[in-house]
Order: sequence, then structure tokens, then C-alpha cells
Amino acid sequence: MGVIFKDLLDSGKFVVTAEVAPPKGTDLEQMLHHIDLLKDRVDALNVTDHQSSVMRFPSLGGCFAVIERGGEPILQMTCRDRNQVALQSDLLLAYTRGVRNVLCLTGDAMTVGDHKQAQGIFELDSVQLLRAIDLLEEGKDMGGNELSGKVSFCKGAIVTPEADPWEPQSCKFEKKVDAGAEFFQTQAIYDLDNFVKFMDYASQFPVKILAGIVLLTSARMAKYMTDNVPGIFVPPVLIDELSSAPKGGALDKGIEIAGRMIAALKKDSICDGVHIMAINREEVVPDILAEAGL
Amino acid sequence: MKTITRQKPYEEIMQQLEFCSRVFIVGCGTCAATLQTGGLEQVLELKEKLQDSGLLITGWAVIPTACDEMTAAVAAENETAIQGANGILVMACALGVQRVNMYLDQPVLPSLDTLFMGLEEHSGYFMEACAQCGQCVLGYTAGICPVTACHKGLLNGPCGGTNRGKCEVDQDRDCAFTLIYNRLKEQNRLELMKYYHPPRNAQVLPRPRVKILDPKEMEQWV
Repeated sequence: MGVIFKDLLDSGKFVVTAEVAPPKGTDLEQMLHHIDLLKDRVDALNVTDHQSSVMRFPSLGGCFAVIERGGEPILQMTCRDRNQVALQSDLLLAYTRGVRNVLCLTGDAMTVGDHKQAQGIFELDSVQLLRAIDLLEEGKDMGGNELSGKVSFCKGAIVTPEADPWEPQSCKFEKKVDAGAEFFQTQAIYDLDNFVKFMDYASQFPVKILAGIVLLTSARMAKYMTDNVPGIFVPPVLIDELSSAPKGGALDKGIEIAGRMIAALKKDSICDGVHIMAINREEVVPDILAEAGL
Repeated sequence: MKTITRQKPYEEIMQQLEFCSRVFIVGCGTCAATLQTGGLEQVLELKEKLQDSGLLITGWAVIPTACDEMTAAVAAENETAIQGANGILVMACALGVQRVNMYLDQPVLPSLDTLFMGLEEHSGYFMEACAQCGQCVLGYTAGICPVTACHKGLLNGPCGGTNRGKCEVDQDRDCAFTLIYNRLKEQNRLELMKYYHPPRNAQVLPRPRVKILDPKEMEQWV
């Protein structure tokens, strides 16, 4: 790609990011295949950090692989598994190996994952992690010591536009803005009217918003997410649309819906870009992009 | 306030008693009695069970409050039975176990796991109200502790797992930050939701934490 992600954000281009998931184990083949498939089709690739609290190959290792293969990685960093010493140290390593973008997350609860007996750390939260990066950029660590060699990152965070209740979420969003977040990738959005309302609020802040697009693969999945996943609302009309797809055609319908939403967001310049999450269906991200006319 | 405890699995109790053939049992008449983990009834129940497993029970006592210094007097009262034992099984919280350990020479073994300090919100409902973190933020959080009420102990607002005011780990559990937000709103103090909490200082007091009263303070207290 050759263009730095931060410059792209600042350029006003409609930015597209996607994500790859490190494997459980040392067989990297599928992750590397997904990196190769997507690195030149999107502006940056998030590498997830033990997503859903499932122990895997590290996000940092995935980011190195993205760089080695010529892509631009976004390091997802949660506060669940590391204390402040380990987080800062990983940021130093990331910087020296060419990682320039970090997405700061609190992290899922340990109990939702596959190591329920493990200690969730959460010594820092996402806001404190953003501020810790600020310090490292100034050449100081959290202990107040001087660094020999600073870091510099484009800092991101997440926000859930459909959070219920919204007010506590908005307070946290504003704390993240104050803590130096430059871009936000949102939780999945499906209701454009609701998202436009969110953007009316969010656009008063000097940050870039990338709308979260999670591929719907069936009516059942859409309904499950609405009922069970915090901050996700799939409007009934979309669920009906998926149900009406011919047998075996729900995935194609999901690709069509995702592409249509991206195109609508771009056409009306509703937000600054999109972040595509095709959980376990990374293969079809190029189809979504084609559907969106990108 | 009560210290919340639960019985260890019987297999684990037996494993601890592997090298003990003669056992003296200590219960506690305060928290463990309320929680029905170490009161008179539970002591007698466990006594029967251990006897059925072939152990000799040299005696038992339910100390009014196992964690306080009266434990010394109870130890003296039961001197013969205690001396006949080669293991002391304590059905009290870990404070009680350690108090008993101060007075006796034999191995002192816990029969309970100590879980948390519980505030009795209403009859029979105990809530973990304080994690004794050493840096109280209740003044900023409408008197609701995020360190205990949020399962991640977050300080700066809700995580993405909150849903309809509930917590992702338990649909019946309120999200601490919805509670805090609502209470601050009632108090017209919503600006506190924007207050940035720096990371907690884990070095408030290094472990083991010790507090020594000076003699003047002691005089007033006595």
C-alpha cells in the first residue's frame, strides 16, 4: 500500500478497514492467506487480540505478518491480559517493528472465553491505555521514567452507537476523545437512521468515525445478534430480507446488504469510512467491496 | 458486614487431613454461623461425616467470634481435647483460621473458602461492597463502587459488554455505570461521569499490609 493509515484518515478519503484473526495454534496458513487476500484491497487490517477471550496466536505477531507481507496493520490491544508494564513493553516492540496504529480496547470478560479460570487483569481501561500511549509518545513511561526512544501511533478506540442506555456510553466516548483517540471503529450498525443520529452527535468531535459492518450470514444469526449481542440492533426489515433469500442464498444476501450499506454511507458522506468484520468469512470481503462499488 | 465463606469440597478437606488421624474442629458463631458454613449445626454435621470416614474427633468448639482474641480463651478451655489432636480443622473465614493458628502448635487447616466482605443489603442478601483497594472513589461515583460493582473493576465508564443496563457476565446483574449514571443524574452531578480516573495505584500499601496504632491511640481505645 505504501500510504500511512493516519495520512489516509487525514486526507478525507473514505477509508476501509477489515480484520484478520490469528489462529489458535501455530498453523498460520489461513491467517496469512487472509492477509494476502485483503492487504491490497483495504487501507488497513485490524489484527484481533484474543478475541472473545479465547487464547490464540498474539495480535502483535499477526501485525508483524501483515507488515512482512506489505500491508498496514492496526494492532488491537485489550487490557484484559496484561498489566501496564507488559502493555507498554509490547507497544515499544510494536513501534520498533513498524506498527503505527493501535486500537485500544478494554477487552471482553475472561468468563466469556476458553480460559474461564484465568485472572482478568484490567489494571488499565481503554481510556487509561490511550493516555498511556500519549505518555510513551512524549518519551515517558507510566512510572514517570524517561524513555530512550519514543513511540508514535495513530490511536483508535471503539464506540457502540446503539448502546442501551446511550448516555453512559457517550460519556466514555468523550473521555476517549479527550484521551487522544484519533479514530473510532464502531460496533456493528444496521439501522442507517440511528447511525445518522449518532453521527450528528459524533461529528462535533475532531475524530474520524469508521462504521462497523458485520456481515450477516443468515436470518438466524441476525436475530441472535439482536437478542444477545450488546449494542447490536438488526432492524426487522433486514431480518425479513435475509429470510426471503432462496435456500442457500442467505450469505449472498448478507454480502448484498453489507455492500449496500457501505455504498450508502459513502455516497452521502455519512461517516469517514467503514470497518468490515466478516467474522470467519474473510474470504468474501472482496465480494462485499465489489458490491459496495469499491 | 459479614465475611462470606463457602464449604470446601469434602474431598479437599480430606486431602488436607491426609496426615491427621485425630482432629479438633473449630466453628465460628458470627459470620460463618450466619452463612451456615461454620455454625454449631455445620460443625456437628462435619464431625459425624469425618467420624464416618474413620477419623477420631477429639473435640469441637464454636468460638463466638473466631477472628478476635477471645479465641485464646477458648483454646485454653479446650486444652485437653486440643492437645489430643494432631490437626485442627477450622470452619471459619481465613481470618479465623489465622487467629487460631496464632495460639496452637498443630497444623491448622481451613474447612471453608473465604470469598468476600459482604454488606447485607436486605435480609439474607449479601453484596460485595468493598474490595479494600485503598483508594476510595465513592465520592466520584455516587456512592456506588465500580471496583466491586463492575466485574472488570473499570473506573472510566461502561465497557462494550453492557446491555440494557445489565452486565455481559450475568443478565441479572446491573451494569455499575448505569447505576452510577442514574444516581449522579438524580443528584445533578452528571459532570462527574466525565471525570478522568487515572489508573489505580497498586502500591498503596505493599503486602503484607500492617497497621500499627500508636500507644496514645491505643489508650483512647481501651
